[in-house]
Amino acid sequence: MLTYIAKRVIYTLPIMLGVAIVCFLLVHIAPGDPLVSVLPPDASEQLRQQMMALYGFDRPYAEQFLKWLGRALGGDLGTSIRTNRPVVAEVGKAVSNTLMLAALATVIGFVLGSLFGFVAGSFRDTWIDKVASAISVTGVSVPHYWLGMVLVIIFSAQLGWLPPTGAGPGGSDNWVWDWAHIRHMILPAVTMSVIPMGIIARTVRALVAEILSQEFIAGLKAKGMSAFGIFRHVVKNAAPTALAVMGIQLGYLLGGSILIETVFSWPGTGLLLNDAIFQRDLPLLQGTILVLACFFVVLNLIVDVMQTAIDPRIARS
Amino acid sequence: MKKTPLQYSWRRAGLVAGSVLLLSMPALPVMAQGKTLRIAMTAADIPKTNGQPDQGFEGNRFTGIPLFDALTHWDLSSEDKPSVLIPGLATEWAVSDSDKTKWIFKLRQGVKFHDGSDLKAAAIVWNVQKVLDKSAPHFAPDQIGVTVSRMPNLVSARVIDDYTVELTTKEPDSFIPINLTNLFIASPAHWQKKYDALASVSDPAERAKQAWAAFSTDASGSGPFKMASFSARERVEYAANKDYWDAKRVPKIDRVVLLPMPEANARTAALLSGQVDWIENPAPDALSAIKGKGFVIKANAQPHVWPWQFSFAEGSPWLDKRVRHAANLCVNREELKEALNGLMEIPKGTVPPGHPWWGNPKFDIKYDLEAAKKLMTEAGYGPNKRLKVKTITSASGSGQMQPVPMNEFLQQALKECFFDVELDVIEWNALFTNWRQGAKDPGSRGAHATNVTFAAMDPFFAMVRFTSSKTVPPVSNNWGYFVNPEFDDLIAKARTSFADKDRDAALANLHARIVEEAPFLWVAHDVGPRAISPKLKGVVQPKSWFIDLATVSME
Repeated sequence: MLTYIAKRVIYTLPIMLGVAIVCFLLVHIAPGDPLVSVLPPDASEQLRQQMMALYGFDRPYAEQFLKWLGRALGGDLGTSIRTNRPVVAEVGKAVSNTLMLAALATVIGFVLGSLFGFVAGSFRDTWIDKVASAISVTGVSVPHYWLGMVLVIIFSAQLGWLPPTGAGPGGSDNWVWDWAHIRHMILPAVTMSVIPMGIIARTVRALVAEILSQEFIAGLKAKGMSAFGIFRHVVKNAAPTALAVMGIQLGYLLGGSILIETVFSWPGTGLLLNDAIFQRDLPLLQGTILVLACFFVVLNLIVDVMQTAIDPRIARS
Repeated sequence: MKKTPLQYSWRRAGLVAGSVLLLSMPALPVMAQGKTLRIAMTAADIPKTNGQPDQGFEGNRFTGIPLFDALTHWDLSSEDKPSVLIPGLATEWAVSDSDKTKWIFKLRQGVKFHDGSDLKAAAIVWNVQKVLDKSAPHFAPDQIGVTVSRMPNLVSARVIDDYTVELTTKEPDSFIPINLTNLFIASPAHWQKKYDALASVSDPAERAKQAWAAFSTDASGSGPFKMASFSARERVEYAANKDYWDAKRVPKIDRVVLLPMPEANARTAALLSGQVDWIENPAPDALSAIKGKGFVIKANAQPHVWPWQFSFAEGSPWLDKRVRHAANLCVNREELKEALNGLMEIPKGTVPPGHPWWGNPKFDIKYDLEAAKKLMTEAGYGPNKRLKVKTITSASGSGQMQPVPMNEFLQQALKECFFDVELDVIEWNALFTNWRQGAKDPGSRGAHATNVTFAAMDPFFAMVRFTSSKTVPPVSNNWGYFVNPEFDDLIAKARTSFADKDRDAALANLHARIVEEAPFLWVAHDVGPRAISPKLKGVVQPKSWFIDLATVSME
């Protein structure tokens, strides 16, 4: 097992390097001026050249990349061009806010998705299956920013039950786990959970239907095993794939949804990326993408390890 | 002990009732103490609070004017009159008789920064040095862009005595007092405290950068509000400065909370749910719902221009003045205004009639379809010989209002006058970048016009940069290469007319000639709509990009 983990960790290193190169290149080849966040468009060309030199954007790309990578390896992602604040601090705060939201959304999505998927798979081709499948297809298909707006209109603007924006009365810096703050999470988390719920439900439905049709289940039934016993076997066989899907979904959610976080003004990675993109704040953009990509890689690693722990056949293969 | 079905029912009922109770609690307000005004801005982040705000003029509006003073201010006290220049920290100013590049500013006495230090001439010099003197310990590269670009001729400052300062320009420039509304004066003593606290940072430039970052979270200016708390990217809170030097602008409310909310529907929901009291730019489709719930919509013409800026490069169809005039006469702006729910003002030029720079141009910008067709016929076009023109625009962007529907409206309108308009929608930053590269650059993709909106508060930004031979690309934004010696002379006259009246008269001549020559298709002025709670009183929305929060009270 340890060898397997060590191998997987080593495999991630070239992936990380590739991610760093791609995110640097993507950010730099996009059209527009890297100084747009600190230089108004009506500034003179002379001033622009002066600023390019001050920020080092007049240096060759290779030199800029190596400098950035060197600092990043030491844990320094630079400072935001616009705010002068360290990118690590900006990303750290945003990640922790998104993490809270993603965790809640994952729990909602996984619980409901597994429930609908299991019910649909167990009652395949009945009206129960059709209803549960319809819910999961709707979850995958509905544009979540649209759903977010609808929820805001109903629960905030019309009913006034839940706040539509922000991360609590005093902002996320003053976050406490009380109702005044948690209620700010509900609408974005529910909105965010809809897609993972749909995907997990569809996956679990297919898995359960397939497992239930296998011979060993018929054998267990013939042996007189109780329904609960069979349920346990089905869950154990379906869990590795469902976990993998959930891990990938959590990765997506950790990236923050730009649209959802913008709709709800939730100060997470999505909103940070949105701002970095529109402000063309290159260090912030590069740093955020790199951290999120690393999260994804690490998450995949954890899921792989968990799958291996649950299902020994994977390690053997 | 096994529970009976009834016990289960009670427990379930209790849970349901509890959930309903929790969900029914009204949306809690954003931490309010005393009379707190809560504002949702359109910016995605809090504009910089170091004294040189970014995020366009929304920054000056919310983190410049409330926290800081400048040497000169805009008069924001009237909704009817044009917003004109008034004394700020400077009580009077004049150009030197012997050297027209030297300006003497007399400072107001007794003004203190929020940290208690005195505001004297040395503070003005220090604030000029922060963007112009690379050797200054507090030199701030990130503040250069928004400062120097708005006062391009300023080169240095010098203390004459405690309350007199001399500013020097590259060349004689009568626009300097107007430019200086953008130089907000931060407290040197407060910055120094932040700098001294960073003794462990050895690199002086890095130390200065970190000191500015610390200053931003605990700013000190001399404005009518003091910073009370700052949460990066989420909220900034101000407290009233009851000792403000201008008795008319001592705040009537206790606190102001500013929240960045870039999404229009989110702002609207925040207002309707009672989370905030004031939103900038409400969602246009929600205006009737907002009004229906008793909120007030405030709007007033801003010094803002939504134009097509024409190309005068070789081969451009806009080289013919008749064609330019025809386009300006061919657009029914009343219809456009209706399509925008009334949220625009119909332009008569870059500035409106009644403005000191108006100048009574001979060409009247209006809707006159017959006159437009006649001009096009004279220019050699008609139903069988249509004129193909291409315009670049963006799908969004600061000040662009609703660029795609508005451009499609123009496309349809100009069809009537034998124009076939091709619209090329490009990314906002790319459009911005191309604005300085010019019509001849490949980045303009062969366009004959560009659709970048602009602010028209300052004569350089409203007129000079588009009409001077010295501002053709890549120097500034004369994108279309509009070059005419007559305009260079008019600009030189305006720049060297130092008495306010003479300067305004010269600018009026320049404006009149711009309208007559029509290097733009003038389409709309933005009206800066905002929706406010009916409990707010004293909200004066001037004909400006800015607004004074100090006059606002709350019932």
